[in-house]
Parts: sequence; structure tokens; C-alpha cells
Amino acid sequence: MTQKLSGIAASNGVAVAPAYMLVDPDLTFDKKTISDADTEKARLHSALDASIKELQQIKAVAEKSLGSEEAEVFEAHITILQDPEMIGQIEGKIDSDKVNAEEALKEITDNFIAIFEGMTDNAYMQERAADVRDVTKRVMSHLLGKNLPNPALINSEVVIVAHDLTPSDTAQLNRKFVKGFITDLGGRTSHSAIMSRTLEIPAVVGTEDATSTIKQGDKVIVDGLDGIGIVDPSDEDVTTYTQKGDDFAKQKAEWDKLKDEASVSKDGKNFTIAANIGTPDDVAAVNDNGGEAVGLFRSEFLYMDSAELPDEEKQFQAYKKAAEDMHGKQVVVRTMDIGGDKHLDYLPLPEEMNPFLGYRAIRISLKQPDLFRPQLRALLRASAFGNIAIMFPMIGTVDEFKRARAIYDEERQNLINDGVKVADHIDVGMMMEVPAAVLIADKLAKYADFFSIGTNDLIQYTFAADRGNEHVSYLYQPYNPSLLRLIKKVIDSAHAEGKWAGMCGEMAGDQVAVPLLMGMGLDEYSMSATSMLQTRSSMKKLDTKSTADLVDKALDAETNEDVADMVKQFMAGLK
Amino acid sequence: MESKDFHIIADTGLHARPATLLVQTASKFSSEINLAYDGKSVNLKSIMGVMSLGVGKDADVTISADGADEKDAISAITDTMTKEGLSD
Repeated sequence: MTQKLSGIAASNGVAVAPAYMLVDPDLTFDKKTISDADTEKARLHSALDASIKELQQIKAVAEKSLGSEEAEVFEAHITILQDPEMIGQIEGKIDSDKVNAEEALKEITDNFIAIFEGMTDNAYMQERAADVRDVTKRVMSHLLGKNLPNPALINSEVVIVAHDLTPSDTAQLNRKFVKGFITDLGGRTSHSAIMSRTLEIPAVVGTEDATSTIKQGDKVIVDGLDGIGIVDPSDEDVTTYTQKGDDFAKQKAEWDKLKDEASVSKDGKNFTIAANIGTPDDVAAVNDNGGEAVGLFRSEFLYMDSAELPDEEKQFQAYKKAAEDMHGKQVVVRTMDIGGDKHLDYLPLPEEMNPFLGYRAIRISLKQPDLFRPQLRALLRASAFGNIAIMFPMIGTVDEFKRARAIYDEERQNLINDGVKVADHIDVGMMMEVPAAVLIADKLAKYADFFSIGTNDLIQYTFAADRGNEHVSYLYQPYNPSLLRLIKKVIDSAHAEGKWAGMCGEMAGDQVAVPLLMGMGLDEYSMSATSMLQTRSSMKKLDTKSTADLVDKALDAETNEDVADMVKQFMAGLK
Repeated sequence: MESKDFHIIADTGLHARPATLLVQTASKFSSEINLAYDGKSVNLKSIMGVMSLGVGKDADVTISADGADEKDAISAITDTMTKEGLSD
């Protein structure tokens, strides 16, 4: 029977394919007393063997799709499953306590997990606890005769159905076969949504019950244009939506013609359209979509996709590759933005009541220079291979910026003293996402080389509304005059000191926001690579004079909706 | 029985990848091989054992092998230690 799901349109395009459930099965079991220990041990060994075989397959695929370094974690997992001590202890438990293999496995692995987690002074060991948990899950699934999803092994076209997508889930997915995403959780700015736009895969998020409605192999339509999912569609639905996907592809082809053109308004003013990326591999899509810069390289993905702290050399290689592949166009790298909703297994942070208001981003970097300095050194070294700019996240005060800048200056001098080549000039700027910083933007502009407005966080902090909380999502109001006034303050303050102002939040590629931002004179617009050409096409139809008049009216409006209507009317008047 | 002392110089100590490599090397030999550190001794063929010792940078450890191929085992382990920059 056909069922309809509605959610949030997170990434443009339409997909029709069988569902792949990226959902962990129920692995609960009953503790049993057994009489035949040999049978239990045989069950244990066949589960171990099956798990090892599976991991070898995954490792082989991961080596091809992700590279041998990324695949090493699977080698470590295999070694754990071959551990004679651990297996001996589990067998001993079955013999002495007469319990089933499931119970023995759980008790012994729990012991190891407790030992590793107890080493709180050692981030690497805490990460091992996660590994043991991961492999235990796999063995347990075999003991219970259930299938664990193995996204790395997908080899035909699918729509991924998940509760939510984590960066490590997406890292294992092969772009060739994944045609669409549909999830229970998330909003337009959640990481799964941003990721799907980066990968150019149609996505609908926040449907609430995708995983409970859809079953493995069901035919699913994902309409990422209007935020609709259809399970078990009729032939008519398939025809309609395939047509819709084709129409979108045609529109996209029109935009593609602007690929090599400049981003210029109707009255001849130049702007820069840039892209947000997570890894150097994303640069290909930036070039394909005519990007003039990378306005935001989210360096935390280097940390999140790695099993251990990425060292200076590893980071250097990543930044260098991005800089080289952009062929001299600017690459703005944001220094580590961990904390808030982004966690690292190997870098445990204190539990907090309000992580978004807590120990995150530059606050961590300033307190833990052992993390910050290698990143700055990697960036400085990479600057010799292209046009690198550095941006500090979550700056709230002049003092924070000066301290971060001082550490940068020190490392720069250290490298120069050591005879290492670094670029003569590197733009060192900051994110504008803390309202306190916006209000003293005129002061900060004396020290920072540029500002980049991070709208997702700026909105969340200005409206005091958690961006992940659905009950307050009505407060995501990008056109509210309160927010527009802050944005204008940032842009005006930058220009008064001869600096440039950009925006790297989702709002920069929002077709309602673009006329307002042009009217305020925003210089650089950084967005998902797939939104760039559409934005360039919009810009060509707008002139800076009439959009400036529009801004005057918008700043004086009362509500988000009033401004949205104003812009829509203005756009309709152009046609 | 053969044994040898090592001074660990790797920043991360005997964790993650280096531990895996040492265990894989040790597992190629039939001898019983142990790793002693800080008064405790574990089977070097057990990744969980090795990691549970929490051997960090600047630790002094002793590896001993007992069996038919004890000499070859110690020399192979020494090779892995130097090649992976674990010990000098």
C-alpha cells in the first residue's frame, strides 16, 4: 500500500530506488543456563568467523573507496576478534558459569570496555572502548541471527533510510549507488542535510517515522525539492516523480551554462560565490559548479572522519590538496569547530548542560594549544601551495581574537625561522556567529582581515533557540529584521575598515535572502556547491540600487513573514 | 628464553595502530611471547591485553619470548618497533 511521508526538503532532486535500512537491529537477548558448553563455544566461533569474514570484505571495499589509511580501523577490529586472551576468557565463562555465548560475550567485552573507559587520562584508550563495542555488536548480531547494516558493501542503487546520519555513516557510503536519503530526525541545517547537499544527493529529513514505515527493499521515492517521501508508490507516482526529477535536471542544465561566468549584478557590481566543503574531495564539485572560492572548509571533518587525532602532517596534506585543486582561488579554512553537537571519541569533553553555550570551537583551541598549534602550522605550510585564508570560529571578544592571532603569529615566525616556506600574506579572519561579537564588529574589524557570518549559529544564539529542537524551530527566522540588522552591522563594520564580509551559513544560498544580502553589500556568498549556479543566475537579474531600497524597507519591518512577503513581491515585480 | 628491553618513544605510546602491528608480528610465531610493563605482564598476541596496559610515551617495557622460534620472534619484534618509530 502506498504511504506518504512528509519532512523537510534538505537536498534538491528526486530519487526512486529500493530502500536500504541503515538501522541497527534489536540486539537484546536472554541470559540462559546451558548444559552443552561445546555447542555454545561452537556458536561463538562461527559468529566470530562470520564477523571476521565480513570485516575483511568491508576492509577491501573501504580500501578502494576510502583509501588504505581509512581502512586500517577495520584491520584493528579484525585483530580484536582474533584475540586469544579475549576468546579464552569468553570460553572460560561459558565453561565455568554455564551461560550462553551471548551472555559470556557481553560480560567479558563489558570488562574490557570498562578498563579502557577507566583510562580517562588517555583519549586513545577511550576510543578503543568504542572499537570493542563496535565489534561486539557485530558478533552479537551473528549470534542472534540478525543482520547488521554494512553500508560499505552496498553495490546496487538504493535510497538510504536512517534514524539520523552521522558523518561516519556517510563516510562509508559509495556515492555511485546511493540515490537518496530519508531520515527520521534533522532539519535543513542538520549535518545529514548539509552532507547530502555536499554529496548532491536528494534528501528528505525530519520525517519522524521513515524507519518505522519503510522496510528493507521497499520502493521509495525521495522528493528533495518539496520534502516528500513516498513508500511503495503507484506506477503513476513513479512516472510523475521521474518527470519532476527530469525537469529539475533540465533547470539545472540551464544554470550550468553560467559555470564559467562571473557573479555580477545587473548593474555590473561583482560578487564572489563560494562553496562550503568538508574534505578536499569536495573541491571537485566546487569546480564543477563554477565556484570562485571555498568560503568555508569545515576542518572538523578531518577530525571527525579520523580514528585518532589527525597530526600536523595529515592536516597539511588535506589543506595543501584543497589549495592546489582550487588553482589559486581562495580557500577559507575554519579552525577546529568541535563541541556543541560535534564530538570526537578520542577527545572526550566534559558533559555539559548546554553544549552549544559551552566548551567548543576557539574556546577549546585557546585552552588546548597542543591541538591548535599543529593545525595552524599545517595551514601555514599549506599556504605555500595556493591561496589559504584562516578563520577562527565562535569568537566573542576582541581579546579572544587577539589571543588566537598571537598564537598564529608565533607559529608563523617559528616556521619562517626554521626555513619553511609560507605565503607572504594570509587573510586571518573570524566567524561572526556570537551576537556579542556582532555588536562590537567595528572594533573587531581593526584586527580581523575579514568577517564571515555563520547564520545557523548566529540565528540560534540571537533567538536563544536550539537549532536541533523541533519545538522551537519556528524561531529559525533568517529574515527577521533583528537578524538583518545584525548582518548589516557586520557588513558595514567590515567595509568601514576596508575589509571584506562574507557569509558561510545556509542563508547565503537562500533565494529569498540573496536580494537582501546584495542590497546590504555582502561581498562573498558561501553555500553548498549545488546552490551556487542558481544564486549566480538570481544575481544577474538584480541590481544593487533597488535591492538597497528593499533592504531599507526590510530593516523597518516587524516580522520574518513580512520581510519574506516583501522580497517575494519585489521579485515578482522584476518579471 | 629470550628477552629484550625497549624504551617507547612514540608520542601515542603502544596504542591503536602500533599495538595492532606488534600483535600481528607476535602472532606469527609459535613461542609464548609476553609484554611486561609496570609490574604487569600480558600476552603480546592479545591486542586487548596490550592495550589494557596503557603503555605511554617514555615507558620502559620488556618483551620476552619462550619457545622454538624465540630468537626470530624477538628480532622480528625489534624490527617492527624500529620501523614503526615506537622505540629507538
